[in-house]
Amino acid sequence: MAMTETQERESMIREGVAELCKQFPGEYWRELDREQAYPTEFVRRLSEDGWLGALIPEQYGGGGLSESDAAIILEEINHQGCNAGACHAQMYIMGTVLRHGSDEQKQQYLPGIASGDIRLQAFGVTEPDAGSNTLAIRTRAVQQDDGSWVVDGQKIWTSRFFHSDMMLLLARTSEPVEGKPKWWGLSTFLVDLREADGAIEAKEIRTMMNHATCEVFIKNLKLPAEALVGEEGMGFRYILDGMNAERILIAAECVGDGRWFIEKGAAYASEREVFGKKIGSNQGVQFPLARAHAAVEAADLMRRRASELFEAGEPCGAEGNMAKLLASEASWQAANACLDAHGGFGFAEEYDIERKFRETRLYMTAPINNNLVLAFLGQHVLKMPRSY
Amino acid sequence: MRIAICVKEVPDPTAEKRIDEGTKRLVRSGENTLNPYDRHAIEAAVRIKEGPAPDTEITIVTVGPATATRSVDRALAQGGDQSVHVADDAAAGSDLLGTARILAAALKRGGYDLILLGQQAADSESYVMAGLVAELLELPCVTQAASIELGDGSVTVKRQVESGYDTVKATTPCVVSVSDAINDPRYPPLPAIMGAKRKPHEVLTLADLGIDASTVGAAGAATSVAALSKPEGRGDTIVIEDDGSAAAQILAFLVEKKVVA
Repeated sequence: MAMTETQERESMIREGVAELCKQFPGEYWRELDREQAYPTEFVRRLSEDGWLGALIPEQYGGGGLSESDAAIILEEINHQGCNAGACHAQMYIMGTVLRHGSDEQKQQYLPGIASGDIRLQAFGVTEPDAGSNTLAIRTRAVQQDDGSWVVDGQKIWTSRFFHSDMMLLLARTSEPVEGKPKWWGLSTFLVDLREADGAIEAKEIRTMMNHATCEVFIKNLKLPAEALVGEEGMGFRYILDGMNAERILIAAECVGDGRWFIEKGAAYASEREVFGKKIGSNQGVQFPLARAHAAVEAADLMRRRASELFEAGEPCGAEGNMAKLLASEASWQAANACLDAHGGFGFAEEYDIERKFRETRLYMTAPINNNLVLAFLGQHVLKMPRSY
Repeated sequence: MRIAICVKEVPDPTAEKRIDEGTKRLVRSGENTLNPYDRHAIEAAVRIKEGPAPDTEITIVTVGPATATRSVDRALAQGGDQSVHVADDAAAGSDLLGTARILAAALKRGGYDLILLGQQAADSESYVMAGLVAELLELPCVTQAASIELGDGSVTVKRQVESGYDTVKATTPCVVSVSDAINDPRYPPLPAIMGAKRKPHEVLTLADLGIDASTVGAAGAATSVAALSKPEGRGDTIVIEDDGSAAAQILAFLVEKKVVA
């Protein structure tokens, strides 16, 4: 059967990404994992070849691709055994600048982000005392008489801080005001980390997977007036605007992970012989892989539905959240089926399964906990009482 | 300089090949890709363009079903400037000679100085297409090129042979098949992949080339496949369990087989 235009496009993107990823095999990731080191070379190559600038319009030097195309890129990175989590934010954090930034900001930053010369992949949102309750953040930005800002506060789980030139920062600029919605009062800033002059200190947090994440302390950080992105007080809305895109892309990464686990597990189960027969002929090994496969493919359909709505400019909060929920559960299911199929070998570093196992577990917790996705669905889709 | 590169879409070389029992042809309905060996020929052309002959125009030429456009696009993304795609149902089932006749007719229209091919196709593994095309076009042919140097009205080719290298000079126009050791093909970046569709694609039928359909395709094939069988598995495999002496045993085996001295 002939491919549709979309399938052909997807296939070309997949092949291009796969060719690049094959230059970075398991040994590369294992070595980084041991040291908790950043995949600098991998990210450099992805940037140079335009993959991380895929969502930036062509007029700014980007690829001008759609959300669906970007999802395929990230999916394929994970499907090839690599880890898109190390750099996916370079692809989508700039969305806030693109959608809400001034023409000057777009001209100044987007071409550099597209080429990889400017790494905008740190996102300062979460705080230790606020967690998922973003409206409770305490980082304050106070405007000075000359229009500039001074910021003080603390952020946590700011990933890739040490591998970023710029950070998108969410800070409170005003206390709640009567007559304004309760989300009003937060603002987004573009912080040039290269000019932070010791006002920002970051401390690496070692995690169970190699994720380059940090705790960030901000003291008396001076920002020029033009660091504000969009309108003052609207920051929370801007962040929400980007969340559906993020949910969809994360779901795609999970689908990629899921397919990696299932292919690896099925291949091993079809080769490995114990008690005189292939272990894959045992239903106890075969069925979990088959069931996980069905879950991954179903999640992929939801991811595609969410992408379709997103690109049509339709509301897609429910679908984007469901895609992330289903895909992260499916990749975890696939991870366990693959690990079980491998038995003890699955725990050996050289099989890469234990590394991917740790990496894919993150998606059930971040960038949003799946319980909060369920709470969203319960309240906003099913119209049940608020649960949190 | 005008360079043509003959390329072929082949089934994914990493997938298991399947044969249609009725037609005895390879099943091509699965995932297909640009022949990996052709990528070396494209890279060789791109390096000529980036180096000694910047005004070079690179044309990708293929014979294949209409669905082969994806592989043509892949070839264009790697550095082709335009493509010529002969897509005609009557060409299906062509044997090597039939395919060479179609390629030769398409190449004749272009007036190319240099016609490059990969050393073999990853499906039929024949290695002879360069010779067939050159014969039909009555052009010099050099195979297994490990390097190509442009001269004035000629190319000097180093050929990889068992005992080392032969250096052969051929007048242009000529046909050269490149070895897979000639270069390390680049893989295309995103802008090149997305830009491939915007490059000129010419799609031709056999009639456009003035080819009598009865001389190509299954009808015009000079050869036929009588039978197919899987190669017998080798029975002399030695399994070495590593008890600390595996390296020494492997070395002894290689010395015995005169692979290493």
